[in-house]
Amino acid sequence: MTANKFFAKPWAWSFLGALLVWVAAAVVSRGTGAGAIITAALPLAVFTVIVGTGQMFVITLGPGNIDLSLPANIGLASAVAMTVMNSNDSMVAAGIAAAIGCGFSVGIANYLLIWVLRIPPIIATLSASFIIQSIDLDFGRGLQTKPPPGFANFTDMQILGIPLLAVFAIFLTAFAAVVLRRTLYGRTVTAIGQNGRAARFAGLPVGWTRFGTYALCGALGGLDGALLAGYFRGANVDIGSEYLLTSIAVVVIGGTSVAGGRANVPGIWGAALFLVLLTTMLNIFGTSAAIRLLFTGLIIVAVIAVAGGRKATP
Amino acid sequence: MIAPPTAPLRAPAMPRFDLRLVRTMLPGLSLALVLLAIAWLNPRAISYFGFDLMLNLAVPIALATVAQMFVMAGGDLDLSIGPFVGFAGCIAVTWLRDAPLLGIAMLLGCISAYAALGGLIYLRNLPSVAITLGMSFVWQGLAILVLPKPGGSAPDWLQSFMGIKPPFVPFSILAAIVLAAAAHFGLMRTSYGAILRGAGGNPVAVARAGWSLLKVKISLFALAGLFGVLSGLALTGITTSGDANIGNGYTLLAIAGVILGGGEFVGGRVSPIGAVLGAITLALASSPLLTFMHIPPDWQIASNGIILIIVLATRAAVTRKGPLQ
Repeated sequence: MTANKFFAKPWAWSFLGALLVWVAAAVVSRGTGAGAIITAALPLAVFTVIVGTGQMFVITLGPGNIDLSLPANIGLASAVAMTVMNSNDSMVAAGIAAAIGCGFSVGIANYLLIWVLRIPPIIATLSASFIIQSIDLDFGRGLQTKPPPGFANFTDMQILGIPLLAVFAIFLTAFAAVVLRRTLYGRTVTAIGQNGRAARFAGLPVGWTRFGTYALCGALGGLDGALLAGYFRGANVDIGSEYLLTSIAVVVIGGTSVAGGRANVPGIWGAALFLVLLTTMLNIFGTSAAIRLLFTGLIIVAVIAVAGGRKATP
Repeated sequence: MIAPPTAPLRAPAMPRFDLRLVRTMLPGLSLALVLLAIAWLNPRAISYFGFDLMLNLAVPIALATVAQMFVMAGGDLDLSIGPFVGFAGCIAVTWLRDAPLLGIAMLLGCISAYAALGGLIYLRNLPSVAITLGMSFVWQGLAILVLPKPGGSAPDWLQSFMGIKPPFVPFSILAAIVLAAAAHFGLMRTSYGAILRGAGGNPVAVARAGWSLLKVKISLFALAGLFGVLSGLALTGITTSGDANIGNGYTLLAIAGVILGGGEFVGGRVSPIGAVLGAITLALASSPLLTFMHIPPDWQIASNGIILIIVLATRAAVTRKGPLQ
């Protein structure tokens, strides 16, 4: 049956959840705001999707792999982007490139700590995030640079009510899905997550693949930092702080296995929309931040508990 | 082509005794090193008053670290201990003060919730990282519900208990010694402690020997909840008021403390004494006294990261000799 097939997909539930929340929000706002809700939610979902995609690649590498440095990385990249752009429209591309480069370097630093010093990824990225945070505090303190007007407008631009950022992110995630499913690199990431030892014995470049994955996640964090600084009209040390838990949450809700080896790109969109729309809906209901957090948490727990644990390898 | 960078999957078995000794001593050595650095930067810090100030927050951090250690002993990870500590603190400054019996019931309820989560994680074979990630939002939400704005006041008995000034040795050091001894005895010297650790190392063997893994998981999480509550109480006893966000940083500090103390993410390998030493090292490294040591405030956060990197890199170098695989 088609319905059964649909719900067998790991990402189906997150989209269903997003749809339910959207309908509930639309009903409360008496239907008038249904389109506006989506338009408002999409850019926020985009920021989550971009870092979520990076985190998904890292988590897919297998148990223990996680990037806790994303918030600090985003914060530093936002400051780098704003400094390079210097409110000058002709420097936008250079600023974005610098932010991506900054994130990329953070990713490389993360993997060097993991590989050269053989520190567990969770502690390596945590230590790195402490140091990056200090660099950002020192570098970004009192940074008042506004984004160039052209760049700020770009982050707000819409085509038929669909933010340009969302269109861009759809292409980005479609590309990520192709990389994951159809390229040697993507297949290697999945293989390492399913059985690192077998992947090594099969002669796969395990080290280089992990290296590339941490660098990729860092680069996506850097890109996110630049976009966030444009959207929120300035860099901020705390601009990425919510993405520590959210980046992991969207990966988990979206049907990617926490144990690694099973990734799901569409699920990240579903989960990100779900979380952002949930916030929007509870805002419309007039509930406090506390209730919002409570609901978010209970839903994550419920989704994980219902989805069940790691099954035996299929 | 350059040789690909590869990390070994598992550390080879410890070949020599002296390396093992170095490894066991490492948490103590790193603490000594940090103390030496502090003494070198500012000799006056090495005094009763100095330690009192520097180790101001060491007790709650150590308690949260021990809580995390129990979860990690079972091969799990708790991403919610920080907000949970904050929530316990919020209960302490509201209900525990105004209606002590209700407050105690609430705190016991918190511990039961933790125990239930352990049971749920075992029964449905769930990833603890994901469940505790969700719970971190729940505890945070509950904390803000109980105490929307920072404030309230810790019960007087709690404030006076945390404010004890014993002769010669600061309270934080005494409390840390008692905590380390109690946790060490319970987990390393009792028979059920061995079962708890064994369940993290080889669950199948423990189950075959007739022990209930469900009870083990529930016990570990209940202990984590208990120490999380104690951490929240200690924290509010020191700060005298509550704040829903005060504990958030403790999640990662606690994981770092356990690892710094010689614990590992897999195999039920943890050390209670090491965990307390690790927590104290981190507390020192992030203490307000660093400001008086010519370390600019911006770079104080980095000091924690650098200490973690140095200690863990040393440990990896000591334990995994030989060429990379």
